[in-house]
Amino acid sequence: MNAPPPLKRIRESRLFWPLAALFIILLFDAIFVPSFFKIGVQDGHLYGNLIDVVNNGAPLMLVAIGMTMVIATGGVDLSVGAVIAISAAMGAVLINPALGDRLITNDILTKDATNTPLVIIVIANLLAGTLCGLWNGMLVSRARIQPMVATLILMVAGRGIAQLITNGQIMTIYYTPYFWFGNGFILGLPVSVYIVALVFIVASLIVRRTPIGLFVEAVGINPKATFYAGISEKNIKLMAYAFCGFCSAIAGLILSSYVHSADGNNNGLNYELDAILAVVMGGTLMSGGRFSLFGSIIGALVIWTFTLSMYALGVPDKALLAGRAVLVLIVILLYSDQSRRLLSRLFDRKGARHGATH
Amino acid sequence: MAQRTKLFLLHHGPLLTTMAIFFLAYFIGGRLYPAMQKPQAFFNLFINNGPLLILGIGMTFVILTGGIDLSVGGVLALTTAASAALLQLGASPALVIPLMLVMGTALGCTLGCIIHFFKVQPFIVTLMGLFFARGMAYIISLTSLSINDPFYKQLALTQIPIPFVPKAYLYIPSLVGPILLLVAVYLAFFTRFGRTVYAIGNNEQSARLMGLPVGRTRILVYSLSGFCSALAGIVFSISLLAGYGQFASGIELDAIASVVMGGTLLTGGVGNVIGTLFGVLIEGTIISILQYNGTLSSWWTRIGVGVLTLIFIGIQSLFYVRRKHS
Repeated sequence: MNAPPPLKRIRESRLFWPLAALFIILLFDAIFVPSFFKIGVQDGHLYGNLIDVVNNGAPLMLVAIGMTMVIATGGVDLSVGAVIAISAAMGAVLINPALGDRLITNDILTKDATNTPLVIIVIANLLAGTLCGLWNGMLVSRARIQPMVATLILMVAGRGIAQLITNGQIMTIYYTPYFWFGNGFILGLPVSVYIVALVFIVASLIVRRTPIGLFVEAVGINPKATFYAGISEKNIKLMAYAFCGFCSAIAGLILSSYVHSADGNNNGLNYELDAILAVVMGGTLMSGGRFSLFGSIIGALVIWTFTLSMYALGVPDKALLAGRAVLVLIVILLYSDQSRRLLSRLFDRKGARHGATH
Repeated sequence: MAQRTKLFLLHHGPLLTTMAIFFLAYFIGGRLYPAMQKPQAFFNLFINNGPLLILGIGMTFVILTGGIDLSVGGVLALTTAASAALLQLGASPALVIPLMLVMGTALGCTLGCIIHFFKVQPFIVTLMGLFFARGMAYIISLTSLSINDPFYKQLALTQIPIPFVPKAYLYIPSLVGPILLLVAVYLAFFTRFGRTVYAIGNNEQSARLMGLPVGRTRILVYSLSGFCSALAGIVFSISLLAGYGQFASGIELDAIASVVMGGTLLTGGVGNVIGTLFGVLIEGTIISILQYNGTLSSWWTRIGVGVLTLIFIGIQSLFYVRRKHS
């Protein structure tokens, strides 16, 4: 009754579960909502539910990439939603520092309609997010506060800061070049997809072609041993949090550009939860250590495919929360040691359970 | 004697600091806005923060075991929505209230069981609880439901005069928090359950080796938190006479912040329910000062709570390091 090795290798691969989940959801769609797969061409670019999945899911994928690094160091970043709001607020304020109506009238005169050049806006957005990440990193690595608590502080205060930046207003953006990040298309595909791809490729190169990835895993598995091995555990953590802040800032840029506004209360709401879910689904353990950036991206795709399938079925947005909770429950149960052990026992009775997956 | 005082200060330092900060904040508020000097302003803290106090008490126990419960806000909202829906259908409050309490306890118990038997981090499991409870509340109703039940109305509007203090009153629901606090103090310090909670938080391994019922206590703690959330939900729906899935969003963070401000270590094992009361009062004072000021916006509350949490974590680690050294 021995399972053949290839099957086992597939089953023990970290990508097996997220891909299986994605497949199941798509299968469900194929049966119940066949229109889900329809992709059309309009104005020279593609549209359809599948395109929406990647376009709407892009911010979550970015946040998940950042969150993967943080979780791999054994931490967690709860402030990503707040950082998204701060970054969005930054963008809106720099475009329109209370000049009001004048901008509405000449919104077609794109490049002159902003008070700050677009490049500076983008840099300011990214800088704000990275600073937030650095702050989290300082609290975790230097002040030695538990990651959950340290980032909880920014999660609470961050939305306040975002509202402080926009002076409590929901700011609508009328500057069209800014919309390009969330609504633009290159060669028929949404711009956000290219941004995600770029960040993913750069991050994977850094993580897999330089020792940094190894350092991150080492810190996640045993920070003390890593420290004694001569690796600056503090700086690795600091870097991971800063990177997470940076990714959230890009997500904030795309999100605010997609919805044409900055709202301190609602930009990036619940993103921290979704991002953690995506990372855990992608096979990165919450306790730190081995991580998979690609897995997290698949995890984010699963979440958005699920969400949009439910929309296609006509489930209201708010009631979907319960559905997502069921998703979390399934993921939790699948990833718990108990059920893993049970599966191992089911598939091969010889009981090779941990380690040696490569 | 000096040694004793020092030890006393080291052991109760965080709690004393919390109290001092509360009195200082209230004093400053009173100086700035004379209206805050009225006794009623003080009692308003209890009226306005009743649900938060109840949540905080449940949360304190969870955090004492080294866990965390993020589902409290969701269970609260679900309770308000479910009870409003049931009352609109004509159910009697005598049935609705116990039913809600059982529901909250059952939810908490389920979460505790998943945490215990599947060995998943409490943080993720209760996150699921939060999603689930809020989602269920939205499934019950996508809009706010009003409560017209005469019993609820009577509870909401009956004033109880405070003895010896003229022109000061509380509402009946705002008494629930302080009474629960007394029960919680008894549970924490005078029962086996309470001692086990502290033991688990200090060192789960040792607690297990000592033969303490770790699993049972942990599940009980989450059930207690679920019970408190449901109770807070009932108080909340009585004071607002409505039920809605969006009520009290983000209150789990306020509850955690007040527990932390009350001197409970988030790593578990060290802390005090009485501290949570003062943590809640500090939050209430910040909100009142902002309200009396009138020009400052509500987002300052969030920033203020964040900064205070940070300061308190700093104070805690200071005391903790000192105590370890001595």
